[in-house]
Amino acid sequence: MSLLELENVTLKFGGVTAVDDVSFAVEEGEVFALVGPNGAGKSTIFNLISRIYDPFAGDIRFQGQSLLDRQPYEIAGLGIARTFQNIELFEQASVLQNLLVGRHKHRKSNPVGEMFFTPFVRREEKRHRKAVEEVIDFLDLQPYREKFIAGLPYGVRKVVEMGRALAIEPKLLLLDEPASGLSVEETQDVAFWIEDIKKLMGITVLMVEHDMSLVSAVSDRVMALADGRMLAIGTPEEVQRDPKVIEAYIGSDDAEDAA
Amino acid sequence: MRIIFKKSYDADIGLFKHGFHAFWYMLLLVIAIALPYLVGEFLLGEFTSMLIWAVAGMGLMLLVGHTGQASLGHAAFLAVGAYTNVLFMENWGLPFLLSMPLAGLCAAFAGMLIAIPTTKLHGIYLAIATMAIGILSESIIVILEPWTGGVSGIFAPDIELFGISFNRYANITGMYWLYLAITVLILIGYRNILRSPLGRSFAAVRDSEISAQAMGVNIARTRTLAFAISCGITGVAGAMMGHFSGVFNNETFNIVISITLLLMIVVGGIGFIQGAFMGAIVIVFLPQAISFVRDIINGMTGGSSMTIPGLESGVFGAILVAVILFEPNGLWGRWLKIRTYFELFPFYRRDMFRRQKSYLKTERMR
Repeated sequence: MSLLELENVTLKFGGVTAVDDVSFAVEEGEVFALVGPNGAGKSTIFNLISRIYDPFAGDIRFQGQSLLDRQPYEIAGLGIARTFQNIELFEQASVLQNLLVGRHKHRKSNPVGEMFFTPFVRREEKRHRKAVEEVIDFLDLQPYREKFIAGLPYGVRKVVEMGRALAIEPKLLLLDEPASGLSVEETQDVAFWIEDIKKLMGITVLMVEHDMSLVSAVSDRVMALADGRMLAIGTPEEVQRDPKVIEAYIGSDDAEDAA
Repeated sequence: MRIIFKKSYDADIGLFKHGFHAFWYMLLLVIAIALPYLVGEFLLGEFTSMLIWAVAGMGLMLLVGHTGQASLGHAAFLAVGAYTNVLFMENWGLPFLLSMPLAGLCAAFAGMLIAIPTTKLHGIYLAIATMAIGILSESIIVILEPWTGGVSGIFAPDIELFGISFNRYANITGMYWLYLAITVLILIGYRNILRSPLGRSFAAVRDSEISAQAMGVNIARTRTLAFAISCGITGVAGAMMGHFSGVFNNETFNIVISITLLLMIVVGGIGFIQGAFMGAIVIVFLPQAISFVRDIINGMTGGSSMTIPGLESGVFGAILVAVILFEPNGLWGRWLKIRTYFELFPFYRRDMFRRQKSYLKTERMR
């Protein structure tokens, strides 16, 4: 049984078919990358898994269970964490608070106890803090703990968002363009982190990425999409050599003739 | 320059950020307790009124400042608290210490009833919906005349506690201490919420619903909880207000009160508990300050008691405009800047508090 399975998933916005009959399976312990030109439906697939959109047809299964009868806020509880293409951090809060929100699904205290801040709540807070500190150590975020997101540079925000997803302690991590807008050095850091997330933490990674050097460096399997349809699936080299993929990116001779 | 050395996670979890804060707030508390010996009866009454406004402000601050939900109808929950409190005392003979929390619970329940149908509303639409509730509540008070006394109003009985009777005119000192105790308790509860997962989930809903959801925060439940707690605190403030004014009717809780509450927390500093107190100080002491200045000017010019109609609201409006233009974080935000300047002297930079505009904020899925 695969960790995550998409089966004939279709999504339409009015007359536009954003995702057209897409099926794939992510195996446990691998790094799986989705590539494709803009508007290919990569982020839409992420939003389908996060239950922000309801698919028109098809089924999405995580560990054999269908996600379609789950509410969006239950997805994190199942062990799926995600980042966003356009960074959706809690701007008016510190890095530490952002990471601690990632621990929300591990929360055992109830609101009434929290109002009185019982000793149990305090113990829980320390437990969460320890878990978050491990993420901070992993991602080298120590200098930014108390800093507010609103004042942080773009590169650091990207890392904080990855940290927040890791604080969930997920089984599956969805990374939406982890290297977009980053410098070459920062992209290299991201590549090392993804390797470590896979090997040291044992977390399966599904990512959308445009930077082909990063994709070929870290991913075990790649799926190429264009106009919501699957073009090719396989190792990074196989997909990059696939004529249909080259056609989608560069255009075919026919297309040139027509134009 | 001050460097804080933290030795355990408790230092970050504590009520106060560090010993200096604890010292200053304790000093403030001591002064607040000793206040009846320092000022006259009239000023003490004003301070009591300030406490009531601060509690109401804390209620609204939790909702607007920390959960990011607008409300233009909080006077309705003041009314729920004030009326239910008196009804519990008059009809069931409950003591104040029981009727006040019960009144808070009633207001919290009312807030929940409002929150459930409005969970999908955002921004201006939520403001309009809550404003409608604020306007409706005035009429409802009139319609429920058998209980509320309608337009002729209702009398709040004296508070009886441990054989002592509390009344604004007979025993303002006792009333002040009682209200101070309530304020401090609510303040601690509020601070506890902010340093626990509940407060963080409020902030998450405020800053990005989409990623709060992805973190496992149930948006509808969190928003309903925020409304309930906010309205509960406001209800307690309503109960306090009822006893303070002695008699009240539908006019006491009109839409102007709701708007004043919202303006108060904006002037004080939105997103800070201290902002509620700063706003309350402005609201209560501005009229005093104006009459004080007026007396001085009259004394200098030798003029008779000159009065300018609408001067108070004019000055308050000017303050509001100035705050929005020059200091979006309100009076408390300004104080934070001044404090940071001295803490870091001479390393303060001009744009230290400037928020970097984030780019790439397209594709927001609402």
